[in-house]
Amino acid sequence: MDTQFIEKYFPLYQKAALLTVEIGIIGIAAAVIIGLICEMIIYFKIPVLRRIVSVYIEVSRNTPLLIQLFFIYYGFPKIGIRTDAKVCGAIGLAFLGGSYMAEAFRSGVEAIDTIQEESAYSLGLSRMQTVRYVILPQAVTVSAPAFIANVIFLLKETSVFSAISLMDLMFTAKDLIGLYYNTTESLVLLVVFYLIILLPVSVIGSLIERRLRYGGSGA
Amino acid sequence: MADLGLDVLFKGRNFIRLLEGLGVALRISLIAILISIVFGTLLGILRQRENLLLKFIMRLYLEVIRILPQLVLLFIVYFGTTRSFGWDLSGEAASIIVFALWGTAEMSDLVRGALTSISVHQYESAAALGLSGAHIYLYVILPQAVRRLIPLLINLVTRMIKTTSLVLMIGVVEILKVSQQIIEANRMKSPNAAFGVYLAVFVLYFIVCWPISMLARKLEKRWG
Repeated sequence: MDTQFIEKYFPLYQKAALLTVEIGIIGIAAAVIIGLICEMIIYFKIPVLRRIVSVYIEVSRNTPLLIQLFFIYYGFPKIGIRTDAKVCGAIGLAFLGGSYMAEAFRSGVEAIDTIQEESAYSLGLSRMQTVRYVILPQAVTVSAPAFIANVIFLLKETSVFSAISLMDLMFTAKDLIGLYYNTTESLVLLVVFYLIILLPVSVIGSLIERRLRYGGSGA
Repeated sequence: MADLGLDVLFKGRNFIRLLEGLGVALRISLIAILISIVFGTLLGILRQRENLLLKFIMRLYLEVIRILPQLVLLFIVYFGTTRSFGWDLSGEAASIIVFALWGTAEMSDLVRGALTSISVHQYESAAALGLSGAHIYLYVILPQAVRRLIPLLINLVTRMIKTTSLVLMIGVVEILKVSQQIIEANRMKSPNAAFGVYLAVFVLYFIVCWPISMLARKLEKRWG
């Protein structure tokens, strides 16, 4: 193991990791918003939009992120839609993640017994109030594990960004292997940096999950 | 209407080459999934045992494989092990190793989940009826566990197929690589080929994965 090599290229990895985290956070935040909107459209059974949402969910869940990115990054400019690699990465992640988040939220909402809704109505709550005070608090608890799993899944998926020439961790590692042939050191740094990003999310995720399970509202 | 570069697909053997490329990705998934089913089922059953050391090792294996992106695992096996051990590994062999390791870990978790989801009463009732250990598994537990397992297994197959698109990054010539070649070759004649070809790849992946997902959902509803 060449420690000098590791010391020298540590900052390079740091920069790459920050890029991964940056695009990851933006993409995941957008995915959550898309997921919420989709779930609301399905829940309130909004006519035409409902069809569009279910087509979107099927398309997004049944194609790999790498292909989606290639299509957006290399295909779209040909019909005049040009995006910067960073923006493209975030869009791809949001497109993929939106459907996974929608499914996570749906599993939460579907798990709530209809009697909850009926009781809320009979107590005189309006539809919005029912959603806000009765459905959501319970749904959040139920969908938390799937939500956390999705966040980790999406962070892991960011590893394909190097395919659209973003200087992320994979790109840096491959570049260094090609340039200096210090394969072991480059890969060790790669693994370490991915663990720095992913382990805390995983640990915090399971802590939240445990908390919510204690707080499970009589379910 | 702008030129979408779809004509490139129907020139010469281009479309057939794309399908062959998809075939490579599917072959890797299929081999990996078969290995995963065998070893995953075995490990899943083993994880039921009350042996602490065994449990610890399995847990470690599962967590290590799961926390790292599959692409990192591909890099470790393809670039790392070949350098450290000095052996010669083709990209395809490296991918099969990685996806089999990953699939086995996921599968073992599914099997364990399916087995533990069977209520303890089932075991006890079967024992009370005088069935032996093997018979309890064969006639009572497995038929129920398999029904819970199959939809999840089918989901794992689609995940596997989607993930094998990554093998492009370690130099395996599959559908994306073939697309790049086709686009390069037609750069002058149809500059918009990138749109048409990548659209075709997108649609092809969807055509492969969608029916499998639908099947999983249908079975889940019927047996759920």
